[in-house]
Amino acid sequence: MLTLTSPIETWAHRVPAGVKLLALAGFTVVLFSLHSPVALAMAAFSVVCIIATGGRVFARTSLAQIRPVWPFVLIVGVWHLATADIVAGSVVILRMMTAIAAANFVTMTTRLSDILAVLERVLSPLALFGLRPRLLAMAFALVIRFVPVMLQRFDTLSTAFRARSPRRSGWRILMPAALAALDDADRVAEALRARGGIG
Amino acid sequence: MERNLTHIALFAALIAVLGLVPKIDLAMGVPITAQSLGVMLCGTVLGARKGALAVALFLTVTLAGLPLLAGGRGGLGLLASPTVGYLVGFPLAAFVAGLVVERWHVAVGLAATAGAVIGGILVLHAVGIVGMSVMLDKTLPEAALLATPFLIGDAVKAGLAGVLTQAIAKARPAALLSRA
Repeated sequence: MLTLTSPIETWAHRVPAGVKLLALAGFTVVLFSLHSPVALAMAAFSVVCIIATGGRVFARTSLAQIRPVWPFVLIVGVWHLATADIVAGSVVILRMMTAIAAANFVTMTTRLSDILAVLERVLSPLALFGLRPRLLAMAFALVIRFVPVMLQRFDTLSTAFRARSPRRSGWRILMPAALAALDDADRVAEALRARGGIG
Repeated sequence: MERNLTHIALFAALIAVLGLVPKIDLAMGVPITAQSLGVMLCGTVLGARKGALAVALFLTVTLAGLPLLAGGRGGLGLLASPTVGYLVGFPLAAFVAGLVVERWHVAVGLAATAGAVIGGILVLHAVGIVGMSVMLDKTLPEAALLATPFLIGDAVKAGLAGVLTQAIAKARPAALLSRA
């Protein structure tokens, strides 16, 4: 399945995932403690520079990933123009866009498996409450494997529906899809037990 | 043990798939995604604890970098986006929805609809609106205004969650873990 990791190799791809995540956390904390538009603009500019080191195509992908945030920028922008409080508006917008762009940069330069490995390590103390790292790893693997399987299932169900009806299936295929998920869960559990279980 | 794990994992995958299938045009051709319906179903079918875990698992793989949130979004940037409150609210919504079905001993369909309304609409929007008001530096009523267009779709989804849970209870009584 497609992940958000960029296929364009940048220098940041070679930095360990844990280091990048720590740096991102530190950067975000600093970002949210800044309140002057000048300081935030400098932070935003430095993030833009870092993204630019990935090259033109990499930068364009980063820009595309931030697209869902634009409606909020528009709403906040119009609001603050109406209340004539432009400084406060630019602080909110700059901070939000910079934080998102920086986080997206980490996501784009880190392989999914590396992030999940860091996560398993960070969450390993939860073993005290029964959430062992092996269980967690198994759960990640199952989700990643079953998303395409279920997409395929949805497709099969809607094809079957269209073969019998001129109408679109709409919500009617949700029921067989949910039942299929439940049945799959039972079968996968049996398969896991048959192979020695996860205990 | 295995069965708990696979139910949690497969419902996490179901939430993802419901967000990726855009074909479900409900009323008036409005293409609303069924992702929050998946969250409601996690609670009403799996129950409070497992439902919340399934949603948490879905969020974890999404934040780790799979573009599974409706609209193909994913990655750590979500944590800084204005809608972060809705992500925090997702597991809580499933938990509350599941709790209602577990504790309120009326017909499954009714309990599931009530659970979906309380958890999937009230709790989810409460947390989501607080999140928007913090991230966008607006007052709560102003942030609430941004959430109102979605309420009609949410009501439809809560009704669907009730119907689907009832149907699952009938077709696979043993699989309805919230009433097991």
